[in-house]
Amino acid sequence: MKRQVPLALVFIFGIFMIIQYFVPHESSEWVFEFLLDWIYIIGIFALALGIWSLIRVSWEKIRYRKENWQYAAVTLLGLFFMIFFGFDYFRNFFNATGLQNFMFRHFFDYIMIPIQATMFSLLAFFIASAAYRAFRARSLLATLLLIAALIVMLRFNPYLGPLGDYMEKTASWLLNVPNLAAKRAIIVGIGLGIVATALKVILGIERAYLGKD
Amino acid sequence: MNIFDRMMSLDRRWVFLFLALVCVVTHVVPFSIPINTTEEVEAVFNFIDTLKEDDIIFVAIDYDPNSLAELHPMTYAIVEHAFRKKMKVIFTSLSQNGPGMADRTIRDITDSMMIERTYNGVTYPPREVKNGIDYVFLGYKPYPALVVVGMGQNFRIPFPSDYYGTPLDDHPIMKGVQNFDQVKCVVDISGTSGVDMWIAYGQGRYNFPLALGLTGVMAADYYPYLNSGQVFGILGGLLGAAQYEKLADNPGPAVDGMRVQLYAHIVIILFIVLGNVGFLMSRKRKG
Amino acid sequence: MKHKLLIGCCLLLLPLLAPAWAQEAPVADTTTDSTAAMQAPAPVTDLTARDKENDHGHGIVLEWTPSVDDDGGLNNVFGYVIQRAESPDGPFEERGRVPIGAGGYDDIGSKERESDGFMPDYVDYYYLVRTLTVDEAVYTDSDIIGPVQSYGQWFNTGRIPVLFFVIGFMILTMYFITKARGGAKLFVRRLAGIEAVDEAIGRATEMGKPILYVLGLGTASDIATIASFTILGRVAKKVAEYQTGLIVPCYDPIVMTVAQETVRTSYMDAGRPDSYSDDMVYFVTQSQFAYVAAVNGTMLRELPATNIYMGKFFAESLILAETGALAGSIQISGTDEIAQIPFFVVACDYTLIGEELYAASAYLGREPVLLGSLKAQDYAKAAVIILAVIGFITINFDWGGFKQLFQVLD
Repeated sequence: MKRQVPLALVFIFGIFMIIQYFVPHESSEWVFEFLLDWIYIIGIFALALGIWSLIRVSWEKIRYRKENWQYAAVTLLGLFFMIFFGFDYFRNFFNATGLQNFMFRHFFDYIMIPIQATMFSLLAFFIASAAYRAFRARSLLATLLLIAALIVMLRFNPYLGPLGDYMEKTASWLLNVPNLAAKRAIIVGIGLGIVATALKVILGIERAYLGKD
Repeated sequence: MNIFDRMMSLDRRWVFLFLALVCVVTHVVPFSIPINTTEEVEAVFNFIDTLKEDDIIFVAIDYDPNSLAELHPMTYAIVEHAFRKKMKVIFTSLSQNGPGMADRTIRDITDSMMIERTYNGVTYPPREVKNGIDYVFLGYKPYPALVVVGMGQNFRIPFPSDYYGTPLDDHPIMKGVQNFDQVKCVVDISGTSGVDMWIAYGQGRYNFPLALGLTGVMAADYYPYLNSGQVFGILGGLLGAAQYEKLADNPGPAVDGMRVQLYAHIVIILFIVLGNVGFLMSRKRKG
Repeated sequence: MKHKLLIGCCLLLLPLLAPAWAQEAPVADTTTDSTAAMQAPAPVTDLTARDKENDHGHGIVLEWTPSVDDDGGLNNVFGYVIQRAESPDGPFEERGRVPIGAGGYDDIGSKERESDGFMPDYVDYYYLVRTLTVDEAVYTDSDIIGPVQSYGQWFNTGRIPVLFFVIGFMILTMYFITKARGGAKLFVRRLAGIEAVDEAIGRATEMGKPILYVLGLGTASDIATIASFTILGRVAKKVAEYQTGLIVPCYDPIVMTVAQETVRTSYMDAGRPDSYSDDMVYFVTQSQFAYVAAVNGTMLRELPATNIYMGKFFAESLILAETGALAGSIQISGTDEIAQIPFFVVACDYTLIGEELYAASAYLGREPVLLGSLKAQDYAKAAVIILAVIGFITINFDWGGFKQLFQVLD
């Protein structure tokens, strides 16, 4: 039963959603909208599950003083701070005014935003080091890759004068012809793969999400 | 180890240091660089520029603070353009950490409307842009595909009330506005694959004009949609934002940021050339 | 004296001539315009109304032949107003306006009973089209047509091409699965990235270091994540057999639950249920870069011998891969996010591109059912290529009918 019920549910709802795509009638739309509402509810429960997992793992680390347990303490502190201020001292529990709370907004604006922007900015440095390591003319294909990369990087460079126009046209051609052709090919392959995998899941052939047999 | 071997296997920390120095210097020292506009950005600007007063556009601020540096400037440029032309804007933010940032962005832009400015020879007097009348911010709901499909039926399905808890029907801007049929275009500014939801489930189903504002890395992937007509314009990264600022005659952080980006690109190219010179000379020496 | 009299008479006559001169001025156009504005234009003809097809109801499509005075004849048409009533005697209310030259209008109402624009189905509607001039008091109404009713359809005929494709693909899949179950050998080309997994696990065992498996930032409903679960199951089984460590930080709570179940089952299959611990598979955060920071921290502290990235990745892909390279790990990646593939190719030792990730589950297990569906996928791709070539040829020879076969109308 543990496996049969989920498989049956996946099959029924999967087939229904396929049929719903072809049935524009209002009653079909009503069921579709009803199911959308249920997905939001399931998502909230999943979030609660995840938070519980995080708290349990972090608490275990702190309790048994495992290696780097201090990071787990910071994690839990951050989690509870934001929850506390987000609910606005539990006075405005049932509305969204907690999101306007002074401390909540300041934690978000002056800690969370800069930290996330900092992590993203690491990409600039990693791209530079990855490009330096990877773009070597080791073979014919690698050389073509190197030349294409240089042309695309230089296409909007205003200091190249008349050469800049040729760079821009060549870069546009590279992006709109071979690049686009390759991407379309990969997109077609991925699209078919998605359809095939979705069909396998609906028909119960692909059962990885249930755990192995 | 000879000089060519050193060139080929430079410690990545030298690359980081040199790049950081160049970025700081070009940011601190003000100078201007020429910016050329492209068709895909002009398409977005011209579309919005030809809309009339009281036309409604939909702006989806679908990015996290991570992509703030690249996408904030285009959000500011587009929304300010719309507000100056007295259009109405419906906002949403389908990115988990985005709503707080989007709320702050909207407030900043509405504050900037209180200052008289001149763009492209037209003077715009100060005006108060009011929540519920000139704009509404729907907020965030999870599962963007479902939210987009729901909004296509009726905005009130995923968002019965706005971000601040006010029922949508209490806002004058939402009177007579059911779904995307009453909206002139949708501009999705995103740093994630949530864009695919807007294309497949939004534009594909409900056939509204869709423009994209994307990070530089993502922009190249969406040219197929531009060519097929599913998307009428793309703003790619900081450069796209700078081009929009230039077209709107509203130079801002994007135009300033292009200095840093241009010279960072030049540094990366120099290191690539350095590495290849070292590689080729090393190989030649080894015979 | 005579001259003065003559001049005086001429001057007297001048005012009499003025109207004649005035008549020669372009005021004559105004006279013509005002004459036309006072004339009512011809009405539209051939007005038809029918239910809008392939919708949920609440919509009627009107079509007509524009007035002869629209861009011809009197040339005084300003636009058209569409009016509707529930009885031929009225009262008629305006439903919309269209500019000159328009030959149709879709009267779409809301399906929400509480809304102002609610348009109930199965109600008789009567329409007329009013041809307007610049002067709104001067207009002509067409004949009233009706009754016409709106109703929802039970099948969207505009999506027939999609239906044919889905049925065709299902038939193809069933055929190859049956063939594979019957013992036929189905060839699948070598996937270097998947073959390297065994080698990478062996390396980790020799070094006594754990394996880091990252499922990506997708949800459990993403196909890439589903494919990744299958690979995780195989990796976990090998890891259990070799008694190597496994670390699986998760971005999504539901993915974490499924991954825990997958890894637990793999450990049981390998005969080592006691070696499994829920701490191996844990939830980190649903914030993209906070997740990356956590995973990077794990990489630099635990120094795993092997990093496996399989699933949906976004901007953080290069940060993960470069940090892994810094930590000295062997890296195997696979994603269907096209934008991230170049970063993985550059920074990882092996990369599965796009559908190779979906094929990995079939490749690893060699189960007939999975191989059969993989074969069906390949044949479907071949069919797409052939149809694309035929389409290219027909478009160039202006045979538009072939393209129409595949048009999906919404």
